[in-house]
Amino acid sequence: MKIAVCVKAVPDAGSGRRLDPSSHRLDRSGEPTLSDYDTHPIEEALKLKEATGDGEVVVLSMGPERTLDALRKALAMGADRAVLISDDALAGADLLGTAKALAGALAQEGADLILFGQQSADGDGACLWAAVAEYLRRPAISQVSELSVADGTLTGKRQTEYGYDTIRAPLPAVVAVSDAINVPRYPSLKGIMGAKKKPQEIRSAADVGGATEARTTVLALSPPAPRGESRRIEDDGSAAEQIVEFLAEKRLL
Amino acid sequence: MKALVFCEHHDGAVTRGSLGVLSHAVSIGAEVAGVVAGSGVAGLAAEVGAHGAATVFVADAAALEAPLPQPRVDVLAKLVRDEGFDAVLFAQSVLAADVAAGLAARLGAGLNWDLVGLSADGVGKRAALADSVLVDVGWVGEPRIAVFRSGAFDAVATGAAAEIREVAVELEEFSQLATMVEQAHAQQQGPSIEDADVIVAGGRGLGAPEKFTLCEELAGALGGAVAATRAVVDAGWYPYSAQVGQTGKTVAPKLYVAVGISGAIQHKVGMQGSSVIVAINKDPNAPIFDFSDLGVVGDLNTIVPKLTELIRAQRS
Amino acid sequence: MSARPSDFPPPWTTAEAIGAPSDPVDERIEVGFLVVGAGPAGLAAAIRLGQLAEDDPETAARLGDVPVAVLEKGKAPGSHLLSGAVVNPRSLQQLFRGRKRLDEIPAYGEVEAESVLYLTRKQAIRIPTPPTMVNERNLIVSVSRLGRWLAEEAEELGVTILPETSAAKLLVDGGRVVGVRTGDRGRGRGGEELGNFEPGSDVTARVTILAEGTQGHLTSAALQHFGLASDQPQVWALGVKEVWKVAKPLRRVIHTMGWPLRGAAKYREFGGSFIYPMGEEHVAIGLVVGLDYRDAELSVHDLLQELKTHPRVRSILAGGERVQWGAKTIPEGGFVALPKRFHAPGLLLTGDGVGLVNVPALKGVHYAIESGRLAAEAAWRTLAAGESLRAALASYDEAIRGSFIWDDLREVRNMRQAFGRGFVVGGALASAMTATKGKFPPRDLPTEPDASHTLISTGRAASYPAPDGTLTFDKLSSVFASGNRTRDDQPSHIRVASRVPKEVATMWANLCPAQVYEVGADDGTGTVEVHVAPSNCVQCGAITAKGGRLTPPEGGSGPEYTLT
Repeated sequence: MKIAVCVKAVPDAGSGRRLDPSSHRLDRSGEPTLSDYDTHPIEEALKLKEATGDGEVVVLSMGPERTLDALRKALAMGADRAVLISDDALAGADLLGTAKALAGALAQEGADLILFGQQSADGDGACLWAAVAEYLRRPAISQVSELSVADGTLTGKRQTEYGYDTIRAPLPAVVAVSDAINVPRYPSLKGIMGAKKKPQEIRSAADVGGATEARTTVLALSPPAPRGESRRIEDDGSAAEQIVEFLAEKRLL
Repeated sequence: MKALVFCEHHDGAVTRGSLGVLSHAVSIGAEVAGVVAGSGVAGLAAEVGAHGAATVFVADAAALEAPLPQPRVDVLAKLVRDEGFDAVLFAQSVLAADVAAGLAARLGAGLNWDLVGLSADGVGKRAALADSVLVDVGWVGEPRIAVFRSGAFDAVATGAAAEIREVAVELEEFSQLATMVEQAHAQQQGPSIEDADVIVAGGRGLGAPEKFTLCEELAGALGGAVAATRAVVDAGWYPYSAQVGQTGKTVAPKLYVAVGISGAIQHKVGMQGSSVIVAINKDPNAPIFDFSDLGVVGDLNTIVPKLTELIRAQRS
Repeated sequence: MSARPSDFPPPWTTAEAIGAPSDPVDERIEVGFLVVGAGPAGLAAAIRLGQLAEDDPETAARLGDVPVAVLEKGKAPGSHLLSGAVVNPRSLQQLFRGRKRLDEIPAYGEVEAESVLYLTRKQAIRIPTPPTMVNERNLIVSVSRLGRWLAEEAEELGVTILPETSAAKLLVDGGRVVGVRTGDRGRGRGGEELGNFEPGSDVTARVTILAEGTQGHLTSAALQHFGLASDQPQVWALGVKEVWKVAKPLRRVIHTMGWPLRGAAKYREFGGSFIYPMGEEHVAIGLVVGLDYRDAELSVHDLLQELKTHPRVRSILAGGERVQWGAKTIPEGGFVALPKRFHAPGLLLTGDGVGLVNVPALKGVHYAIESGRLAAEAAWRTLAAGESLRAALASYDEAIRGSFIWDDLREVRNMRQAFGRGFVVGGALASAMTATKGKFPPRDLPTEPDASHTLISTGRAASYPAPDGTLTFDKLSSVFASGNRTRDDQPSHIRVASRVPKEVATMWANLCPAQVYEVGADDGTGTVEVHVAPSNCVQCGAITAKGGRLTPPEGGSGPEYTLT
């Protein structure tokens, strides 16, 4: 079984994420590291490969060339190959641009299962996987906290606001896994040392079907709305009642 | 603006979030329509109309019974093309997010998410980077697809009646490949921290591990989940799965009640996105009072049980 | 009642850090040369070895698939590096001679102007720059940034850098150092194996070069095990540093003495501050205080906050914002605390780990780099035909003793010890030492271990400013600003006595810049429990100087410095 894992390298949280005041985009000049959320789909892919005893795990990403350093962690964990889509034309690509490029590369890979992490640690929540599945015209399941594959069919437990749904889909399929699904392994020393030798390729925008114009824009940054007047009370015996009043006012009761 | 609002429903009712988005669309002066998709859902159209939609499209088919996203992309895409909507609005949920992104890809349309507002001229407001900055976002071309943060708006009933139109349901083959084997219906033992609308969190100020029952009872009365700070998890008072903060979970419920929590930045970054923060602490200088909406200086041992009692009484 | 921290030693023995290999032979990871620590010393050693390998590929082939490996316990090279720093460029020039120009090395320019100020609460009096502190032509650097760059250079030369990998044990077999055992990952708070438990590995090498920096874990064990430690104990200072984005550029390097430290001999408060420009937009400010201080309420973290309220300092930072914070100890024993030998069978010792720091000049980075380079040369000689391993490694000692490192440190060898007698007497002694180029005094002044001084209480904490969140900050905010996001559910890496006199616990609580220690409940006899929050730890090493012991936590833990 060939499993493709789509990951995102994000500026290291340690360096303090900030928006660049001139471009209004995330300042990506810090060191790129593998998004924590993406270690879960990599771990899931490795587990599935180990369960079947054969197959290939390919990790894909899109970003500047430095992103290869971040992909090496995936290789160190045990992924077999890394593919980076890198092209100036794709810098600042939005959801659709990214999804289209990834879909282009994924179509070329012909994977049976395509995994994503739950959230982009810097973009906070865009559903890349749903857009990718749409371009590939394959079924997609998200928020999966348990996954199994048998006879060309996958079964996933999707976690929603209301509890767990069990959903089935034939492969090839796209799955976004939640971080509840597993505890990612630490790369072993041997894995880290062997990562450099594993195949790593760079594909250009043209290789994966060209770049698309962004369909969203960022117009301006402003400081956040202050939380609104903050009220302070000292308990004179009626604090509980005052809290209830406050909650009712905010329509929380 | 001619807006279509995706009206999600669960257990026979349209979700509060969807109704809130409807109300917001009305408030910015858009021509508002709603769409309800499912099986046996015609009865929900009235509620949608009562919250401001001039037209309610009902897509009713057995194939839509399961709350799966891809068939809904088909329904919405057809509506957009047939009716010429220039905006499609969603209230954030697991289902809605997938539908919105799939729809964006289907139509080649721009998608902005995590919005807390939208102006009549099509500028969205988005809180980014753990709410530390507000970003004005726009769209290139139409339709504009917008996903609003859960609980961003109140649902306002207008009491009006809407025109109800049935739509033919035509689904792509690949949209039907994912099938629901077993659907979740109700929450089992209370919501998880990630999903809860209300969280009651306890910190060192509780004084002892047994005092967590105060938080548990209050959470029970409010229908919420219990969380803990790193300090008390380190001390073994509560499990790590409940830890909120920089090295624990990040949450943004509608209501966060912080009991005996000082509000060090390591905790703050895990919950500062909460819509409303109520803090109870006996130390008037606790940093949490700098970023709470209601700060209560007092003894949690007397305040919290009383509060629980009052809420239980109100709710019954 | 006056407590001495050294009377309450931590539950720890050297035996925990030294042992024989335990992995089956075929599971051990074999590398050519092993370097522990991706700091200036370690990376200089790695780079030099890489250069030697590049120039002589035939010999290099004998080193196997991984000719040079560097273990780094931080998240990435640079994550745990912190210094002022104003660096003498000679060692970098020597290291990169013929391969790179000085202007290719990341730095914030040369020192253009400098002043030394004596501070009182309200005033700043300019005093003549002591000759040991003249910084003309020296480079202002961020050692964290430099470390990242050196690591990239090393990787280009074929060096394998292994971040998030701690060195837990020195492997000794048959009296010879054969490598290092790396730390386990994925243990829970109680030591239990979690789902993703990954045991450490035995990494073996022809020669192991320790470049762990201050309070080197394996270094101190090695000094004890092989009987290399000097008769004079090592002593340390704690430096706490902030990086600020500023509204107006600073155009000179500033050092201060005096306030907020107290000069009278009984306090033993030796130290001063530095304020360095970092290009047009940033400023580094730090306070360094000797850990032989006696006041149980002395908090270097809070003294730095107090320093920032001085009108002169406030004006430099006005309109700016703090962007990073960090802390690290500096070995200050100087020449008399250097080990008797810098090598042992299979082992070479470099950098801050063995105390190669010139305290009056505040310089250590260029000595670290030079020692790393010399260690590489000696290690390479072990590959030469006809050279005994012993002689090759001994050549490192000869090289150190013949280098400018040795000359410089010997010249200033008693200055730090002189200041144990207070600012005024110390100043006079120091001048005499400078004037005679180290010939005075005729007999070396003794040093006492930092933890051996009895504690006093003077109500010091009353003067610390309440944090305002703009100019001054509390410790937890500072820990946050170090980038620390250590995983909570792991065994504690801090060794301290768990029940001590209240004064000792108070001292630890104030000592630690990261709020790791808290004074617990009093049992009624004046003895208290010590509460430890290990995930706050930024691994500065101060606790080791004052009665406890820092051991390396799980790899990847600790601060994530980028600009310090």
